[in-house]
Amino acid sequence: MSGLATILSRMLQAIPTLFGIVVVTFLLTRALPGDPAAYFAGASATPESIAEIRAKLGLDQSLPVQFWRYLGSLGQGDLGQSISTGQPVSTELLRRLPASLELTLFALLMSVTVAVPLGVLAAVRQDSWVDQLCRFIVTAGVSLPTFFTGLLLVYIFYFILGWAPAPLGRLDMLHVAPPPVTGFLVLDGLIAGDLKVTWAAFKQLLLPGITLALFTLAPLARMTRAAMLQALASEYLRTARAAGLSPGRVLFVYAFRNALLPVITTLGMVFSFTLGANVLVEKVFAWPGIGSYAIEALVVSDYAAVQGFVLSMAVLFVVLNLVIDTLYTLIDPRVTIDG
Amino acid sequence: MNRRDLLKSAGAVAAGASLLPFLKSTAWAAPNDTVVVLIGNTINSLDIHRPGTNRPSYQVAVNVYDRLVTFGTKKLADGSLAYDYDKVEPELAESWTFSPDRKSITFKIKANATFWDGSPVTAEDVKWSFERALALGGFPKVQMGAGGFVDPAQFVAVDAKTFRIDLKRPSKLSLPNLGVPVAVVINSKAAKAKATAKDPWAAEFLHRTPAGSGAFKVERWDSGQQLIYVRNDKWVGGPLPGAQRVIIREVPSSATRRALIERGDAHLSFQIPNKDAQELNAGKKVKVTGSPIDNCLHVACLNYNFEPFRDQKVRQAVAWAIPYEQIFKQAAYGRGVPMWGGKSPKAASVAWPQPFPYSTDLAKAKALLDQTPFKGGFEVPLSYDLGVADWAEPTALLIQESLGKIGIKVTLNKVPGANWRTVALVEKKLPFLLENFGGWLNTPDYYFYWAYIKGNLFNASNYDDPTVKKLVEETLHMEKSDPSYAAKIRQMIQKAFDDVPRIPLWQPTLESAMSPKLEGYEFWFHRQVDARSYKIV
Repeated sequence: MSGLATILSRMLQAIPTLFGIVVVTFLLTRALPGDPAAYFAGASATPESIAEIRAKLGLDQSLPVQFWRYLGSLGQGDLGQSISTGQPVSTELLRRLPASLELTLFALLMSVTVAVPLGVLAAVRQDSWVDQLCRFIVTAGVSLPTFFTGLLLVYIFYFILGWAPAPLGRLDMLHVAPPPVTGFLVLDGLIAGDLKVTWAAFKQLLLPGITLALFTLAPLARMTRAAMLQALASEYLRTARAAGLSPGRVLFVYAFRNALLPVITTLGMVFSFTLGANVLVEKVFAWPGIGSYAIEALVVSDYAAVQGFVLSMAVLFVVLNLVIDTLYTLIDPRVTIDG
Repeated sequence: MNRRDLLKSAGAVAAGASLLPFLKSTAWAAPNDTVVVLIGNTINSLDIHRPGTNRPSYQVAVNVYDRLVTFGTKKLADGSLAYDYDKVEPELAESWTFSPDRKSITFKIKANATFWDGSPVTAEDVKWSFERALALGGFPKVQMGAGGFVDPAQFVAVDAKTFRIDLKRPSKLSLPNLGVPVAVVINSKAAKAKATAKDPWAAEFLHRTPAGSGAFKVERWDSGQQLIYVRNDKWVGGPLPGAQRVIIREVPSSATRRALIERGDAHLSFQIPNKDAQELNAGKKVKVTGSPIDNCLHVACLNYNFEPFRDQKVRQAVAWAIPYEQIFKQAAYGRGVPMWGGKSPKAASVAWPQPFPYSTDLAKAKALLDQTPFKGGFEVPLSYDLGVADWAEPTALLIQESLGKIGIKVTLNKVPGANWRTVALVEKKLPFLLENFGGWLNTPDYYFYWAYIKGNLFNASNYDDPTVKKLVEETLHMEKSDPSYAAKIRQMIQKAFDDVPRIPLWQPTLESAMSPKLEGYEFWFHRQVDARSYKIV
């Protein structure tokens, strides 16, 4: 099957899943206790004003009617109006997704650069001090909650040492954001050729990125170590050594490449997890990301926003799985994209 | 050197180099005329009349729009500034007169009052804006109704610079109600140009683009991140603001806000938790101001729906069993105004709020309970809003502990913020709860109207007393100078003392931390940022 055809068929296979997710989220948000009309009618509201608000929000219709309306607007690409922020849901998501993506991708890049070599080294020198260090970092990183690490880093590097810039979000007040191309401020700054803004955006990214990286370090390092250990104990590696190949070639070309598959899988899972769940890091660093948006929408029972968030995460996850499966075929020729 | 060593050392050098720029972080130095304010919630609209606009967005109506009148300033005992409810001052209106029967007020609009686009402020704009507040419904309509403004026909544009309000009955609440954030004057010509058949009040346009005459214009609004005000140098509503620009930055985490204000990277951290206020005040690096919130009380409500609470002696027993001092120290961190331990069981003054004549006396509580059919004790769930768990949770725990000592077994019922309004205030079905209503208009009758009249929103106790009802009806619109006013208010407060459906715990304060260089911080009843008086010295 040609590449494009495979991709299309994978997308089509995902549609029933996505529909199921839409139905479940729709029902779940409405099953939650909490009345958005009462919340938004605001202070000193009377039952009449609450009923007015409910009619304005379209919540006085029956569930099937509401669902049908929702599907209809979905078909036109309209995810609805977010009552908590007053902006259309799609605008909010499009604005906040790049913020979360930039943070998550940066954090993953940092944690991969540390975790993978650490895991490899720990596997090669098993039970040495490197292995113990790996275990220590991994345990500490995963057991300390992200908001705790975040606040600790803010306290040390901003409050006491003054090295880090004020944790006020993506960009300092003095700078104006570069024209949006990718939505990633660092890349957009580079594209626009504005090095000052690029540097300012990068500085803001460092502390939250490190916080998140410490957390995602654990699964990646452990997975790399375990996969490497398995590869190092394998038959084909013994053959390679026996054939007299240099240790470096044995390690990187034979062992590492085979150990990469489970690491990529873990990477994919960690990515989709942190994208939505880095709410606490976003709160501490005032990062305008998608996680805190979803949480706030949930608290005020902002149905359209919650549904939009879940749907976009589901679509992202489907695309991510496709990318990972494609990567598999590149790494291991025995693997085909369909399994 | 082999490849592996090279890679290792290159990595080390790169790591070291990346730290270098870190070492010289320029502490952000704002120009002297920009004030940076941190808030913990998010502004979701620039239009206060729009359905769905949340409370933090009211600050936009305050800073960016004008009203006909405003309130003056007074100095409190601790030297901080607060609005003065009794001093109504001109904002857009230069003067006003009451008709002899006090059923209409005629305002003369300032001749030089203009909107930002240069067009003059006319009575037609005032009329359109007030009609809009009524038409869009929700909270603005209710608040306008508090001043007796319920019918668009009451708003009359006599001529371009004269505006009249006709009242169905004379009321002392009408004039102050024109100074609340809701009674803004919008540039109706600019708004009508953007209205459509489906949206005749230009709600879509004004939601993102204000059209006003206020002291500040909105330079930019990054929803969820920041709002930047820039001074309107042609403002005639009052003295020109001292700040050229005010940056309102949204920072959700209170710990981060604290770090920012302590390091001096912001001038004002607005509305901080009591715990931080207590600690920062001891630290002396930043100035902490705690302003008592007028006409507001943290109370424990006893619902008449619950059988034991229908007995006055049971309610009084509970009032004698509340551990007031402990609650004040642990939940309020000592920041607030105590509302217990009144000297006399008789209401001697019309001051409101005032301390109730109850204190912690378990023997007295037990004695009272023993005189009722419930002397064996009973079980009751105590509910509170998780949204205010910072003070409600320690309070509830202490009440649970203390009531247990007189035989009342209390279980805790935590209600998520999204449901709280519905179960506590709309359905009024919680038997025992913690509540914190505060009225914008600072008269005791206003508080009693909302909290002690059956069917009104904040009467979570389902309290219904014909005497109190009659007293509220008589005093709500009566002028304070009326000879019978004081006696009736005292009678009302006496009923609150004796029946005690709401047990006051303390009067809360609004705490803010600011740089010693910030002057002009003033407390307002709407509890939002009013940046018009801020100045950096």
